[in-house]
Amino acid sequence: MAMFILRRIGVMLLTALCLTFVVFVLTNLEPNLEKLAKTQGNVRMTDEQVESWLDRRGYSDPVLIKYGRWLGVVPGFVGEDSAGRAVGSCIGEGVEATNAPRFCGVLQADWGYSTVFRDSVWNIVTTRLALTGKLMFWVMVLMVPAALIIGVLSGMREGSKLDRSLSSVSILSTATPEYVSGVILIAVFASSAVGLKWFKGTATSAMESANFDNFFLPVLTIALYGIGYIARMTRASMAEVMTAQYIRTARLKGVSFPNIVMKHALRNALIAPFTVIMLQFPWLLNGVVIVETLFNYKGFGWTLVQAAGNNDIELLLGVSVVSVFVVLVTQLISDIGYVYLNPRIRIA
Amino acid sequence: METLTWAEIIPTVLARFWPVWLALALLFAVSLSTRRRTGLYGKLFDSPIGMIGFALVMFWIFTALLGGLIMTHDPLAQIAQMKNDVPGSPLPDGDARFGWYLFGGDNLGRDVFSRMVAGAWIVVQIAPLATLFAFMVGITLGLPAGYYGGRLDTVLSFLANLILAFPVILLFYLLVTPEIVETGIPQYMAAVMFLFPIVFLVVLVNARYRTQARINVPVIVGIVVVAGYLYLSLVSEPFTPIAVLPASLDAISIPGGVLVVFVSVVFVNSPTVFRIVRGLALDIKTRDYVAAAQTRGEGPWYIMLWEILPNARGPLIVDFCLRVGYTTILLGTLGFFGLGLPPESPDWGTTINDGRRLLTIYLHPALVPSFALLSMVLGLNLLADGLREESLRD
Repeated sequence: MAMFILRRIGVMLLTALCLTFVVFVLTNLEPNLEKLAKTQGNVRMTDEQVESWLDRRGYSDPVLIKYGRWLGVVPGFVGEDSAGRAVGSCIGEGVEATNAPRFCGVLQADWGYSTVFRDSVWNIVTTRLALTGKLMFWVMVLMVPAALIIGVLSGMREGSKLDRSLSSVSILSTATPEYVSGVILIAVFASSAVGLKWFKGTATSAMESANFDNFFLPVLTIALYGIGYIARMTRASMAEVMTAQYIRTARLKGVSFPNIVMKHALRNALIAPFTVIMLQFPWLLNGVVIVETLFNYKGFGWTLVQAAGNNDIELLLGVSVVSVFVVLVTQLISDIGYVYLNPRIRIA
Repeated sequence: METLTWAEIIPTVLARFWPVWLALALLFAVSLSTRRRTGLYGKLFDSPIGMIGFALVMFWIFTALLGGLIMTHDPLAQIAQMKNDVPGSPLPDGDARFGWYLFGGDNLGRDVFSRMVAGAWIVVQIAPLATLFAFMVGITLGLPAGYYGGRLDTVLSFLANLILAFPVILLFYLLVTPEIVETGIPQYMAAVMFLFPIVFLVVLVNARYRTQARINVPVIVGIVVVAGYLYLSLVSEPFTPIAVLPASLDAISIPGGVLVVFVSVVFVNSPTVFRIVRGLALDIKTRDYVAAAQTRGEGPWYIMLWEILPNARGPLIVDFCLRVGYTTILLGTLGFFGLGLPPESPDWGTTINDGRRLLTIYLHPALVPSFALLSMVLGLNLLADGLREESLRD
């Protein structure tokens, strides 16, 4: 088991390294840097001025060195400004060049500076992530029990009327992407044209004080898409378990049907959905970006859109690191959890 | 003229779709009468769910193909007086065109109904083709990974997992920004990905007719010439980093935005297809008929493409339907974020994005494309369900 976890973590770190490198290369392409120079310096810079601007800040060095600096394994860039003083990425405002640390990268928790929000990337990412965490928590609270109940109810008697109708619901919900269900939900429950006005169409106020009015629609929108998928997986797994020999034995012994479902089938039927739920996280991230844009909830997904849309290189890198990390960690947990939950693998 | 009520709008809309109803009726009549002879396709008509799904999908395909007959107005034409008008609003007097905006006007005074119909054409053009390309890439790489295993499998699986661990939205934002398009990276990716169908076809034919040079050589030459020309004219665009063909020979010119969208959608989909194909190959290669072919001395590619692949077709067809639906959703996502396609494009994602800004006051500009997209994806999912049920039955 320990060997297995160690190997998985090794592969995960390698993947993270490769992915961050790809993002780094894609965000540090020449056109991006030129745009950065023009927005930070002067819009009417000539090509030579752009080049010297980039040179003085170490942007013209080879990609691998730049990546190493950003990661914090290669000493930070040190150059001279027009007055001859030492400047560099590691030398902050009002810090003597001799006192500045040699390395400053992601590993040293120095994530850079956002040009859009005029704040350190670390601050932005943590505050935004907390907001999205709140959203995700309620999504999970709504989505997981709902999906499992639908899946178990439809899987325990395959082909019954209940199964047919619940399966139709879950197919419908998987066919509805967030931007469609969000639009429909806002139109029905929040618009002044229909007149229901049960909920608010924006979730901006939910950032400070979330309540049922302003938070239910975004949570429901994300949850709906996931419910269908998890419910279908649960149904398949439940239907398979219900045909197993030990269930038949239990029925022949005269155990009541609710007892069979609760005590004999459920535990085994929930192993497969667990992995599915964990692997849903990357997709949820997708939904988070859409829903936060649609409902104007300024969380992590909204930040991603802002960073990508405004060529905010360091913020985009920070956001990518976090999202890649989230995806990889959930994959790891789902792998380990699967082994742990399944006694046939755990003991062997 | 009077504003139409819903009791008048619905029959008018249904009547506008007459070519589609006709085509659907013909298709179902022919398919139902020959369903005992058309294999899996015919069996689809035994399952009500599959039939409903098929009808929904074909409805949109016919709508896309016959769009010119159905549209009441030019999807890009703006009439200033019609801004945000409710469904059924009449055009200003003296206009020679069709008298009403059946589903109302959007925020620029364009006809929502016609834009919905025109949007179907964009989706039907891109989604199945992109999925097909993703399948070509996934199959060409997944079969050897599953069949040979070993180091090849490790490397390819690692790469596939790498792409899968990328959040899709982030990937889109990285690939579809103007800065990246400027460097030509999507075009280089297209140049690599569009090679896979040619490789796939050549290997497919060569594996089968290797020993019969009289068939093999002309067919392969034919494939290479035709597909190669298509490939070059697809990839080459004047005034971009890749301009291989002179403009006079360049038969197909894809607008830059569409190519980028196409490439990123294929790129996102192929690792999943790879994983499915690899899993199927791992399972099927232990069967007796594969062992029989190996004993006969067949080459590895013959076994992969003519023994394993045909026996994996059931799950692959089902997944294809689901994946076209998923690709439709992805295209909508791209449109929703205004990535790739031009802002006036009538595709459903872009129109939903346009309409949502005034959603709390005017519902129709966003709701109409939403329901269109929903029904198409729902149709594909139901079709996949029907196919799965019927292919499991025997």
